[in-house]
Amino acid sequence: MYVAVKGGEAAIANAHRLLADRRRGDRNLPSITIDQVVEQLGLAVDRVMAEASLYDRALAALAVRQARGDMIEAIFILRAYRTTLPRFGYSEPVDTASMKVERRVSATYKDLPGGQLLGPTFDYTHRLLDPSLIADETVEEPAVKEPGEHVMRVSDILDGEGLIEGDGQMPEGHVMGDLTREPMEFPMARDLRLQALARGDEGFLLALAYSTQRGYGRTHPFVGEVRIGEVEVELDLPELGFAVSLGTVRVTECQMVNQFMGSAKQPPQFTRGYGLVFGQSERKAMSMSLVDRALRTDEFSEDIVAPAQDQEFVISHADNVQATGFVEHLKLPHYVDFQAELDLVRRMRRDYEAANSGETPKEQREAAE
Amino acid sequence: MMDAKLKQESPPDPARKNAMGLLARATLGELDAAWEALADKPEVHPVRGPETGLVMVRGRIGGAGDPFNLGEATVSRATIRLSTGEIGHGQLLGTDKERARLAAIFDALSQRDGNRAEVEALLGRVAERLSKEERRKAEETAATRVDFFTMVRGDD
Repeated sequence: MYVAVKGGEAAIANAHRLLADRRRGDRNLPSITIDQVVEQLGLAVDRVMAEASLYDRALAALAVRQARGDMIEAIFILRAYRTTLPRFGYSEPVDTASMKVERRVSATYKDLPGGQLLGPTFDYTHRLLDPSLIADETVEEPAVKEPGEHVMRVSDILDGEGLIEGDGQMPEGHVMGDLTREPMEFPMARDLRLQALARGDEGFLLALAYSTQRGYGRTHPFVGEVRIGEVEVELDLPELGFAVSLGTVRVTECQMVNQFMGSAKQPPQFTRGYGLVFGQSERKAMSMSLVDRALRTDEFSEDIVAPAQDQEFVISHADNVQATGFVEHLKLPHYVDFQAELDLVRRMRRDYEAANSGETPKEQREAAE
Repeated sequence: MMDAKLKQESPPDPARKNAMGLLARATLGELDAAWEALADKPEVHPVRGPETGLVMVRGRIGGAGDPFNLGEATVSRATIRLSTGEIGHGQLLGTDKERARLAAIFDALSQRDGNRAEVEALLGRVAERLSKEERRKAEETAATRVDFFTMVRGDD
């Protein structure tokens, strides 16, 4: 018998009141401001923007603060917010070649136009806890030097020799897809896969990328280059008949160069994986490029032997908002479902005991689930 | 792709395109100060907005291949009409509707001969600030460039 149960309202209201209290913490300490989160926890803000798939640093910082630093909760809040806004249109594709580069490193060429620009990196730090940050000591101004030449794309260098496949082209007549407008379908074209990966969970993509390195769908990668910096976002204004700049966004781009493929028709050349992510996040951009390459099995007639090559597996599980929704729903009341299962197992137990005590077993019934 | 390139190379009105790009980056303080400094302020009628919405930012596969959707960005926009008839559009990243409204006003003012000097002065200030900031960032990045040197091994 099903009995409707009510009575959670007061408890829920008080739980949320308690949450607000715990979020604020010790009232003797100053409250952190949104600007402080943007300025001093910038990479947390970047991750929230990337995986919420919404570029707005102030709103992402607000989400981080509201979620008490729980990144997936913050991503969920920001993703939900974006559904409240109308869509004005699609930007012109950003031009990463003319990026205002803040960091660019290549693992394939030592000396290349533009050079190795380390930028504000954690690389080469000793990963030792720094007690000077507790005392909040004064921080030095950055060093400056005369800027050098244009930071050339590594893929253009290799392309000049014809030793690398070109930037990705979709088949003739392909219409660009949009995950936010159409339901997912498999097999999924590369443009849609890249959209899904760009907002995919960093940890999940990192683990998959790592699995390819450990032999589960090996792609023999080199980092052609990783670059971080600001790119212009332009929107076409039909009223005026030309595109105007809306400002700049910071993105991280990774060009992964992978082992060569060749056929009777095509000479051997390097293949590529591509990563592009909102904000400063080279771990995510690198992981994305490795997974992008691993997923291109159909283009290179590769056998699907590992999880990272299975697009339905990868894309269906990359979104942490969907994943957390389904996993966490398990803690919501399942009283009725569980009562039904309990009833079933009791009956099966009775039959089992009857059978073992030598009596004729009753009709066995299979568990529904 | 050819179309997009051609469009970028020859916008019908490069001066206005450039001005709108600068207005999108102007701070609220810069826009406010310029508005306050206007000798005779025209009447402004809203046509659309100001409103906040989303633009889907697109990237290109491999950096220069076919486009794909990277993710959305918040955008605020406004369209206004001056009492003298000029229509102005303001559009910029973020949720600051007042900045978008003021950007639209200055876009309209830029089409009036009488206000050209004031608009040019504002654009000049914004351009100068941006170029200083950009220069500074480029110098900071340049200081982190690796200068490789080769160890002589003695066998040659």
